[in-house]
Amino acid sequence: MATIVPESRSKRRQVSLAEVLIERAIQVTGLSAVLLVILIFVFLIREGVPAFFQVPISSLLMTRWYPIEDYYGLLPLIAGSVIITGGAAIISLPLGIATAIFIAEIVPDGAREILKPLVEVLAGIPSVVIGFMGMLVITPLFRTALNIPTGLTAFTGMVLLAWMVLPTVVSVVEDVLDTVPKTYRDAGLALGLTHWQTIWRIILPAGKSGILTAFMLGIGRAIGETMTVMMVTGNAPRIPKSPLDIFMPIRTMTATIAAEMGEVAQGSAHYHVLFAVGLALFVITFAVNLAAAAVVFRSTKRAERMLS
Amino acid sequence: MRLSRQMSQRIAFGLITLAAVVVILPILYIIGYVVVQGAGAITWTFLTEMPRDGMKAGGLLPAILGTLLLTVGTAVIAVPIGVGGAIYLSEYAKDNAGTRAIRIAIINLAGIPSVVYGLFGLGLFVIFLNFGTSILAGSLTLGIMTLPVIISTAEEALRAVPQSFRLVSTSLGGTRWQTIRRVVLPQALPGVITGIILGIERAAGETAPILFTAVAFFLPQLPSSVFDQTMALPYHLYVISTQVPGMPIHIQYGTALVLLLFILSMNLLATLIRRHYRKQRVW
Repeated sequence: MATIVPESRSKRRQVSLAEVLIERAIQVTGLSAVLLVILIFVFLIREGVPAFFQVPISSLLMTRWYPIEDYYGLLPLIAGSVIITGGAAIISLPLGIATAIFIAEIVPDGAREILKPLVEVLAGIPSVVIGFMGMLVITPLFRTALNIPTGLTAFTGMVLLAWMVLPTVVSVVEDVLDTVPKTYRDAGLALGLTHWQTIWRIILPAGKSGILTAFMLGIGRAIGETMTVMMVTGNAPRIPKSPLDIFMPIRTMTATIAAEMGEVAQGSAHYHVLFAVGLALFVITFAVNLAAAAVVFRSTKRAERMLS
Repeated sequence: MRLSRQMSQRIAFGLITLAAVVVILPILYIIGYVVVQGAGAITWTFLTEMPRDGMKAGGLLPAILGTLLLTVGTAVIAVPIGVGGAIYLSEYAKDNAGTRAIRIAIINLAGIPSVVYGLFGLGLFVIFLNFGTSILAGSLTLGIMTLPVIISTAEEALRAVPQSFRLVSTSLGGTRWQTIRRVVLPQALPGVITGIILGIERAAGETAPILFTAVAFFLPQLPSSVFDQTMALPYHLYVISTQVPGMPIHIQYGTALVLLLFILSMNLLATLIRRHYRKQRVW
């Protein structure tokens, strides 16, 4: 595209009207993502911001969530979401990278053709099914194994959530490992590195930005997960006071919206506060993703410089 | 003492294998468990009749039909926009601020919690546009939620097509759109289709986005237009496993199995398509 010579300019005139229309349509769809983000933001503000006029900020920052008596303290909900997402991320990242390496590098091609779709199957299992199985199988298991009064705990949510996030991490990392040029690998092996050293020192670093993307998508999915979390964490809005409190019930922002939005009167303070919680989730995920995107863009540029 | 290189490789691979087993075995277990527990409930009646006795007997017809309708609705909305967006990003977009804004928007769309999509759908489609709690509002909400998945996967597939293919097509006198239509898109098709199916499959299993936009606890008759409320399998499973006391366990497992089979068959389709095309691929 660098230089347009006269011949190609004359060829351009032959482009049909249909083609011009198609290309315009494609440009519009290209912009759709930006328009939608703005639209979502506008509607969350429209329905969420009135909450700050109906309920004083000081009371939103309290530690008690009990809407029936007009207690709208958001701190326990925020704490719940942060704890569960953080726990899930810590568990799932190493497991996910390991599984991706296992599938991409260790097993023979035949097994790979079975394992890769199998992990994708997990991504497709609806969260409500995992919540359902969590309630019937995992929850009683944790209750008896850990000898705690209820299996509906923050920990149960973290484990299930970590496992649900895994396919996202695995498939993205695996694709990244797959796209690292074969010459890199050959170069490593030719230098006398073992297979593991080649993976650890060459392939993983080359796929670093992709791995960050995977982590980011994983966190995005974890913080937004609603049904599983609502079904297995007990939904008690309380702020944990010690690390052992992860074996107690907890309640996330997402579960609160899902559980309560169906029962509020449109336009009430409760309704607007729930939208404000949604707005907060939107802003949090926006900030996390923006930060992650900055990292991805920077490292991509560095990789491009190195390769050129 | 330093481990020998072979030893450290053996330890690393051992740990990796262990991690993979921890991840993969429960997948088989959960599917196997639902199949074993739910298979007994699956009868022709269960699949084709309306629920009776407070949903404790009868069938799942309205929930199955509702999920099918929402899935088709999602595809109608998300596929053209998603694939178009992917073509734009892969083939047209220049490396400038505008394109970076689009990429950031896509990343953020992908990160927005599904329940927030539900709120958005409630605010825009149900209340502002006055579609009411309806199949239309639910499909639009799910469609928008699926967009970033389709755009990202399709773009990746399009970008994977070697640049030389495009150059050859252009050198033979093909216009940009002809090159995309005849060369790039066919080559990338398996990846694009896989992305579409995986995106829609996820939407089909979602509960949170349709909670306030499309579903009803129980409906005595089937929906007759896109402006009607509907029942849906994922929400139905949530309802009967948490909201209805004394629900027979085999009906719960049976519902979970039907939902799982619906999702897994789409998944299998995606896998078969990809495998079929990959064999034909020449690069």
